[in-house]
Amino acid sequence: MTAIPYSKDVASTIIAGHGARPEMLVQMLHEFIHHFEWIPEEAIRQLADELNLSRADVHGVVSFYHDFRTTPPGKRVIRICQAEACQAMGSAELVNHAESVLGMKMHESSEELTLEPVYCLGNCACSPSIMVDGDIFGRIDRQRFDEIVARREQRY
Amino acid sequence: MPTTKVYVPRETTAVSVGAHEVALGIERHAQATGESVQIIRNGSWGASWLEPLVEVEVGGTRIAYGNVAPADVPTLFESGFLQGGEHPRRLGPTQGIPYLANQDRWSFLRCGAIDPGSVEDFKDHKGFTGFEKALAEGPEFVLEAVLKSGLRGRGGAAFPTGIKWRTVADAESDQKYITCNADEGDSGTFSDRILMEGDPMSLFEGMAIAGYAVGATKGYIYLRSEYPITYRILLEALDEVRDAGWLGRDIRGSGFDFDIDVHLGAGAYICGEETAMLESLEGKRGMIRYKPPLPAHEGLFGKPTVVNNVVTLASVPDIVNLGGEVYADYGVDQSKGTLAFQLAGNIKRGGLVEKAFGVTLRELIEDWGGGTASGRPVRAVQVGGPLGAYLTADQLDIPMDYEAFTAIGAIVGHGGIVVFDDTVDMAVQARFAMEFCAIESCGKCTPCRIGAVRGVEVIDRIVAGEDRELNLDLLAELCDTMEDASLCAMGGMTPFPVRSAVEHFPEDFGAGAGEERIHE
Repeated sequence: MTAIPYSKDVASTIIAGHGARPEMLVQMLHEFIHHFEWIPEEAIRQLADELNLSRADVHGVVSFYHDFRTTPPGKRVIRICQAEACQAMGSAELVNHAESVLGMKMHESSEELTLEPVYCLGNCACSPSIMVDGDIFGRIDRQRFDEIVARREQRY
Repeated sequence: MPTTKVYVPRETTAVSVGAHEVALGIERHAQATGESVQIIRNGSWGASWLEPLVEVEVGGTRIAYGNVAPADVPTLFESGFLQGGEHPRRLGPTQGIPYLANQDRWSFLRCGAIDPGSVEDFKDHKGFTGFEKALAEGPEFVLEAVLKSGLRGRGGAAFPTGIKWRTVADAESDQKYITCNADEGDSGTFSDRILMEGDPMSLFEGMAIAGYAVGATKGYIYLRSEYPITYRILLEALDEVRDAGWLGRDIRGSGFDFDIDVHLGAGAYICGEETAMLESLEGKRGMIRYKPPLPAHEGLFGKPTVVNNVVTLASVPDIVNLGGEVYADYGVDQSKGTLAFQLAGNIKRGGLVEKAFGVTLRELIEDWGGGTASGRPVRAVQVGGPLGAYLTADQLDIPMDYEAFTAIGAIVGHGGIVVFDDTVDMAVQARFAMEFCAIESCGKCTPCRIGAVRGVEVIDRIVAGEDRELNLDLLAELCDTMEDASLCAMGGMTPFPVRSAVEHFPEDFGAGAGEERIHE
């Protein structure tokens, strides 16, 4: 998926698509993320205006959920599961490996890459697991991690 | 040339280990060799350790090939796998795989067997017969059957479903709702996902029956956003079911209206708590609500609302169909029926095992799971997700039974079983329990919001050997406060894994010889 820069028209279409109903705010924000990859300040203003909510209300929802990032992610987003089942299969070592081969720490982001934790992908019988650009991969060891990352790099 | 049916799961775990590539490889190879195959993207049977599990239908029997890699495709064709030919990956008939053959399948009867996107296939496997019977017999019949079945909420809290439904049915309101909690956030759990990906229509059927029984016309599935494949499968299946007239207005001429929307969560663990889920469904921050009022009285948009877990709802059609007593014949004491146990973490044969309550933890871990994946001894087992206690290798003979677990300060929860070998550091696990609570707390109540942060700090001091005795006392007190004074299970049960770790594994918290202290 290629992201587009924030567009008031696209945003309005999304909001109208949900009947401009405030109870659909979380679902609208998902569509914003789908199109724009992140939630800029102007999105919060526009949502507040068109849903007749305060900016604080909208900001409160955006900031509550991990999915609604307020800074642009890298071209690739790698999420490493850090929950118990993956811990039992060496996710901590996997994080060390990822940090060293990618040259960045967890929670860091560059124009190219965002590296972050995720707490459970529901793939716990084939731990450890990672999510790359929305796709889940299981039974990850160092070699498989390197292969998946290399394959993804070719796409950009 | 006759067309051969080949099944390749489109289930998250299978896909995460290459099922798409295998399906594509089979399709291309068949084209090249001129063989006619129909690839069906089924759900998983639940033997996750064998994924991708490819099946070929030969003379009405499905022959399984396990752990198929894309590189295996050429040799599979050379060995005549389309006729069930011999190959190192061949496992024989799917039904004969011991892992699957020895289960008590009730809710997961169709998972793996059917095409999740096909109403026809669902109906060929007795789909919608529970709903038809409900419509014929009336709401009272359904409520009685569910009550008699002894079915308890499978999301973790284990509240009797029949009582919840009766409460909503008795509530006076112009509008009621059925909400399905599909925010399966506990690590080590994936049964909701396997069900939704393998047999989504049984969930819709269960929700429609619930709606009919309590007088609700609208249902919501609140699905966690970490399940993108599940989301697509649910939406596709919903379209099919609506087109076939099993959802919508005046369903099958019954005069009963019911429809379902799927809403996505957004990465907040707390939204698995039912009132936080309702807030999120209303488009708000997922802050938990005070109870009372119960959701059954004032739930979604203030209306009487059924909140049930995926597996709970999907268990209902056959309870209506076969009778509550038949379901209650499975299980023990107050734990009636079956539970889909999930074997996860450091386990050789991870996957889903649906068994009647009463099976022991050891049977699940050893007989089904085959012990640890690493081959090292089991040291700790966390049952019931991040809020569940850690058990020791000496406690594995406990039967899976809600009350037996409660008696030892543990929980069965949603049936997730995460195995750790002897390399685990239990102080790290206890610290993580507090850390996770700090990250995921909604922040509404102080014991959870602040307690979790202080918990991490205290554990750090204990591990560093700083005033060890004093800090262990402090941790015990903190755990009591969190348990007694938190508004919901997040803060209220985070002490379970922490206390059990300190109690059973004092050596990991710096206990030296002669100075072990066990805290109640």
